Amino acid sequence: MTDLADLYQQVILDHNRNPRNFGPLAGATCQAQGHNPLCGDRVTVFARVSGPTIEEVAFQGSGCAISKAAASMMTTLVKGRSVAEVEALATRFHSMVTSDPNVPVEAADLGKLAAFAGVRAFPTRVKCATLPWHALRAVIRGAGEPVSTE
Amino acid sequence: MKRSPAVAERPATRSGFDVEAVRRDFPILQTNVRGKPLVYLDSGATSQKPQAVIDTISRFYEAENANIHRGVYYLSERATLAHEAARVRIQRALNARDPGEIIFVRGTTEAINLVAYSFVRPALRPGDEILVSAMEHHSNIVPWQLVAGEQGARIRVIPMNDRGELLMDELPALIGPKTSMVAVTHVSNALGTVNPIEEIVAMAHARGVPVLVDGAQAVPHGPVDVQRLGCDFYAFSGHKAFGPTGIGVLYGRAERLAGMQPFQGGGDMIRSVTFEHTEYADPPARFEAGTPDISGAIGLAAAFDYVESIGWDVLKPHEADLMQYATGVLEAIPGVRLIGTAGHKAAVVSFVLDGVHPHDLGTILDQEGVAIRAGHHCAQPVMDRFGIPATARASLAFYNNRQDVDALAAAVTRARKVFAG
Ligand SMILES: Cc1ncc(COP(=O)(O)O)c(C=O)c1O
Repeated sequence: MTDLADLYQQVILDHNRNPRNFGPLAGATCQAQGHNPLCGDRVTVFARVSGPTIEEVAFQGSGCAISKAAASMMTTLVKGRSVAEVEALATRFHSMVTSDPNVPVEAADLGKLAAFAGVRAFPTRVKCATLPWHALRAVIRGAGEPVSTE
Repeated sequence: MKRSPAVAERPATRSGFDVEAVRRDFPILQTNVRGKPLVYLDSGATSQKPQAVIDTISRFYEAENANIHRGVYYLSERATLAHEAARVRIQRALNARDPGEIIFVRGTTEAINLVAYSFVRPALRPGDEILVSAMEHHSNIVPWQLVAGEQGARIRVIPMNDRGELLMDELPALIGPKTSMVAVTHVSNALGTVNPIEEIVAMAHARGVPVLVDGAQAVPHGPVDVQRLGCDFYAFSGHKAFGPTGIGVLYGRAERLAGMQPFQGGGDMIRSVTFEHTEYADPPARFEAGTPDISGAIGLAAAFDYVESIGWDVLKPHEADLMQYATGVLEAIPGVRLIGTAGHKAAVVSFVLDGVHPHDLGTILDQEGVAIRAGHHCAQPVMDRFGIPATARASLAFYNNRQDVDALAAAVTRARKVFAG
């Protein structure tokens, strides 16, 4: 049962119940959709990018607790950061959730995102955690097309 | 009163059906998952296989394997006979008039594609319509869209009510001179609704329109009589009906099959070939190009034998009883809402749980050894109709018992607790 408690940590349940930056973003300069065809999760990420900086970010959609919490926490972490920093963070997050579940994560360079380490024990749920990050990447790369985890 | 210990150990249902004895016929039901006994409630995705089917397939490969319709030697003759005997077995099970009406395919999906490409497509004209229902699996939507798209034809839809029942009153107006085909599911995989096929066939035939029935979720839950249904085509998958994967059946009425184009070209489907011209074989061989799934056909026949050895007369009441039990137990859990509450249902209990996404529910249930399906069940239009992204679906088979349902209910209650925070 410890696996389950690791997966559904309080911080994740909290973001699921009270998602931050949830809803459309007025004045968004770009948006992208993420879709996980396996389970039907859909997320739209909106951003207002000014020069190299992500000034505002928000998301909307329906999905499981993992994808919703991942999207919510993501929005709180990337606001005000540069596009380059966010790209690097997305890469670190992706490598972390796809890493060996038996190796402890380096919490230092992940901060709050370390809460998602629990998904490593649930291979079918990894895509739930990465879905909003895929969408965010599409947004900041200016590829406003729907993105898919497939 | 003295009770016999044997009775106490294995409670039989009113009909005298001993579900525990049946469970012992399915080796996988004796296994553990994550340290807990497997509670398999995803038979709608694929059924488990009885030992008799597994043994039949092993025996074929151990002692009888050869290609069919080719060799003049002993083994090939035996394999050919066994393959054709399987066809006859399935003809008898479906009460088709002739073994030639039974075409072996890969599964329901291939069966529907075969009809779309070989029967409907050649006759389709711009403006024609193919009528499907609002509760179809994607495999009974997409093939029709593909051929319709090519020819400038369109798909029309029989709507359903909030209980998941087709609005039969609207059917007469939907079948007209432009309708080239009606394609409906016998039992809905997402909702469990059993559709009134005979009525639909009667209405379509009165207007000269052929009917294909998707029987993927019907064959595993009761006897099917294609003559009584009156349909032109009936498709199902072996793997959902206690047989192996890779084999399925398309029943087609002989008159329909006779005029149809081949689906694929190759060996076994020809009468004579020159580089200029090929004469096609008669059905069913015309639609079975290449080496078929020989062991699959034989395994599927063994599955029908197995089910018949117990009998639907005892299996059906057991399933109905279990359905009623599962419905009651789930409904009693606060926050559970059933999706699909048709008056006539089979084997499927789809539901959503307030505040818990079906995907999370699936993961939590899995930790308890309970296998259900969470998602759109390849029926996105059904999800859209009910305004939900997904459901959790428990789908039953005759080898399930009340303990399975109780384990499901306990796990759902646990999920509520996890998410109550
Ligand atoms: C109603 C229905 N039709 C068609 C199919 C497709 O069957 P298969 O994937 O075996 O071809 C399924 C399987 O989920 C089904 O439930």
